[in-house]
Amino acid sequence: MHARILVILPHPDDEAFGLSGTLAKYISQGAQVTYACLTLGEMGRNMGVPPFANRVTLPAIRKGELEASCKAIGIQDLRLLGFHDKTIEFEDQDKLDAQIDALIQEVQPTLVVTFYPGYSVHPDHDACGAAVVRTIGRMPAERRPIVYCLAFSRDHEAHIGQPDVVEDVSDYLAQKMASIQAHKSQFQAPELLGSKALENVELLARFGAERFWTYPY
Amino acid sequence: MKPIQKDAVQQRLESLAHQELYLHLEMTTGAYAAHFDETKHPAATFITNARVRYAQGSISGSGPFRVGLKMPEGWVYSEGLTHYAEEDPDRLILAGHDAQGKLVVALQLGREPF
Repeated sequence: MHARILVILPHPDDEAFGLSGTLAKYISQGAQVTYACLTLGEMGRNMGVPPFANRVTLPAIRKGELEASCKAIGIQDLRLLGFHDKTIEFEDQDKLDAQIDALIQEVQPTLVVTFYPGYSVHPDHDACGAAVVRTIGRMPAERRPIVYCLAFSRDHEAHIGQPDVVEDVSDYLAQKMASIQAHKSQFQAPELLGSKALENVELLARFGAERFWTYPY
Repeated sequence: MKPIQKDAVQQRLESLAHQELYLHLEMTTGAYAAHFDETKHPAATFITNARVRYAQGSISGSGPFRVGLKMPEGWVYSEGLTHYAEEDPDRLILAGHDAQGKLVVALQLGREPF
């Protein structure tokens, strides 16, 4: 069992598709989860269909959506780190790493979850994962928490192989769907869900398992 | 956001002329463009809270719309605008959304930073 989990991802909704079922499952087993979200996703392109947000209102709307998603999953502790969307790779690395290190020292996680650097498509994802991996890499090996990475770039399996952790989350689809649906401005994105209703029986096949790669230090 | 009412936007462009303003200007294909379709070329650019002042600003076209702001030493130009924030009278918030509702372009002007 994972007692204390620290999730570090750059955008509200990054937790929803790849991780929310696993978090709900681990929380039901007694885990304490801290989710550090680097930005408010304020440069997102989705504004709802039809658009109900704009560049000015989007940050507050996405903050509310993130809080609703965390509630749906059961996440006990949400931290908003205040970085700006799209800028993680250009941030002061020492500042970024220091904030991540401070969180790790405070939370003392047994498991950290982030994006696999280089295999996560969005530059913020890769830069976030790289910062987490780098910061934990500086810890003495015997004190390092396990690091689970999410990966979804086109070529990822050619480089990092099959995931070594596959969580069956079929008993936690209610929480997962509630997490996805909490991101109202984002989740209607047609390329993610197509025209299918969320109640579709294909949900189980599509969302019933979540895949992680343990970072090989 | 409401579909652009050309007259209302023109009126706001005129009320914001001849003064120091903050500009947010942006265009993006989205960071996932090439992930979903390898033939796409992902590109994005934005500038936030640049200081501008223009003498003449107008909206043109029949939708999607174009906006041009003539500054003493240059231009601000934006094409593909479809929506505006009607409820925000002190600022001008314009955006262009594609058929899927995704933001492609944004042009914002205000007296306070965004």
